[in-house]
Amino acid sequence: MSDSLQRTPLYDLHLSLGGRMVPFAGYEMPVQYRAGVMAEHQHTRDAAGLFDVSHMGQAHLRARSGRVEDAALALERLVPADILSLKTGRQRYTQLTDGKGGILDDLMVSRLGDTLILVVNAACKDADLAHIAAALGEDCIVEPLPDRALIAVQGPQAGAVLARLAPSSADMRFMDVAEFEVAGVPCVASRSGYTGEDGFELGMAADGAVRVAEALLAEPEVAPAGLGARDSLRLEAGLCLYGSDIDRETTPVEGALEWSIQKSRRTGGARVGGFPGADIILEQIEGGVSRRRVGIAVEGRAPVRGGARLFADDAGTKPVGHVTSGAFGPTFGGPVAMGYVETAFAATGTPLFAELRGRYLPATVAALPFVAPGFKR
Amino acid sequence: MTVYYTKEHEWLRVEGDVAVVGITAHAAEELGELVFVEAKDEGTEVAQGDSAAVVESVKAASDIYAPVSGTVVGFNAALSDDPSLVNRDPEAEGWILKLRVADAGQLAGLLDADAYAAQIA
Repeated sequence: MSDSLQRTPLYDLHLSLGGRMVPFAGYEMPVQYRAGVMAEHQHTRDAAGLFDVSHMGQAHLRARSGRVEDAALALERLVPADILSLKTGRQRYTQLTDGKGGILDDLMVSRLGDTLILVVNAACKDADLAHIAAALGEDCIVEPLPDRALIAVQGPQAGAVLARLAPSSADMRFMDVAEFEVAGVPCVASRSGYTGEDGFELGMAADGAVRVAEALLAEPEVAPAGLGARDSLRLEAGLCLYGSDIDRETTPVEGALEWSIQKSRRTGGARVGGFPGADIILEQIEGGVSRRRVGIAVEGRAPVRGGARLFADDAGTKPVGHVTSGAFGPTFGGPVAMGYVETAFAATGTPLFAELRGRYLPATVAALPFVAPGFKR
Repeated sequence: MTVYYTKEHEWLRVEGDVAVVGITAHAAEELGELVFVEAKDEGTEVAQGDSAAVVESVKAASDIYAPVSGTVVGFNAALSDDPSLVNRDPEAEGWILKLRVADAGQLAGLLDADAYAAQIA
């Protein structure tokens, strides 16, 4: 593999667990371990999977004034979410938008004391942090955290496992953020993830990552899971993959993400707009969009992948959209996909036809997620 | 009965003028667990190198190329309900399709077991 690829602090552990390493977003990452993608996926749904997500970008954002409210108001100049009302110990999902209302990246924002903690996608992290520093540098200090690792433990048993290693984690609800030690390593934990299951993402200094991972893997419920399972889990959970399901050509409203834009930032709200592309995005919330991201269930067993065209008829004469990501859903037990369709075809239950190898397979617009979430509300 | 292999990690077991075609254990291991397998309809004529079947893992679709020219004369129907049979028994019960060989001369250009083993070593 190319020398230019980076490795996470868990690289050697991945090899010892039989990880099959592939290049991903500039890193050598395990796509699967010995158990295989299907088994890792189902183990995460049934018990708990451990994922190395250290390739993702982490950063701290602090106001030069020292007031976290100033950092929150500054970040609201770049994202459509209400950051000011985010309480300490809470996390929120949002997007960095551009002047056309397109999505530069999606990210998680947490507030812990006087600091906002950002987690962004690996492939976008340099551009994101440069964008944030350029826009907010007068008011804020953006501190990238390249020496921090991030480990996700996800699944219905994740709460019981972490409660054994860090009893205070049991008090956390979905999207809470807290600090505690795991195996003697100070961690910043959020009760969230990318699988649709209950679980945690644990950030820690790189030199403590192996100790935390080994402590989790020593628990009987926990098995390692790779990028392959991460992708099929998030797809069944209806969660977007940046670069496939959302990108600069899609707005948060087209992407069916307006749930992440709180009232305070919408028309009539206390701090309406003020983020890039706000005029377009707010008008779309009020007036609608011409296409929407939807779930798509395809009949039969053949997976329909990203790029496949969607039609209103079985002869392929009336195109209505396309698939942005698709795979076989191991828990769903059939092919699952997401894509964009013209709004007239976006209602749940609308029949469609997906083009696959010259044929037109019957499909249906499906409610997302495909698999019921297991969040601890 | 002779078994041939291809550089594309397929095997053919030739019985008379019919070749049973599947993927090797090495290929099955590399692909990971299969979730879908389909072959061209029976009666379809395929030239050597044409796609004759598709196997899909959770992550990706891969073509199975006709190792020799011929006519598709069978598909392993057991794979419709249980595609992972290919992973469990790739070189026997997990066969994929049958081809009536159009030009037996093409078989001479394929690999034998030793040559294939050397390739993946």
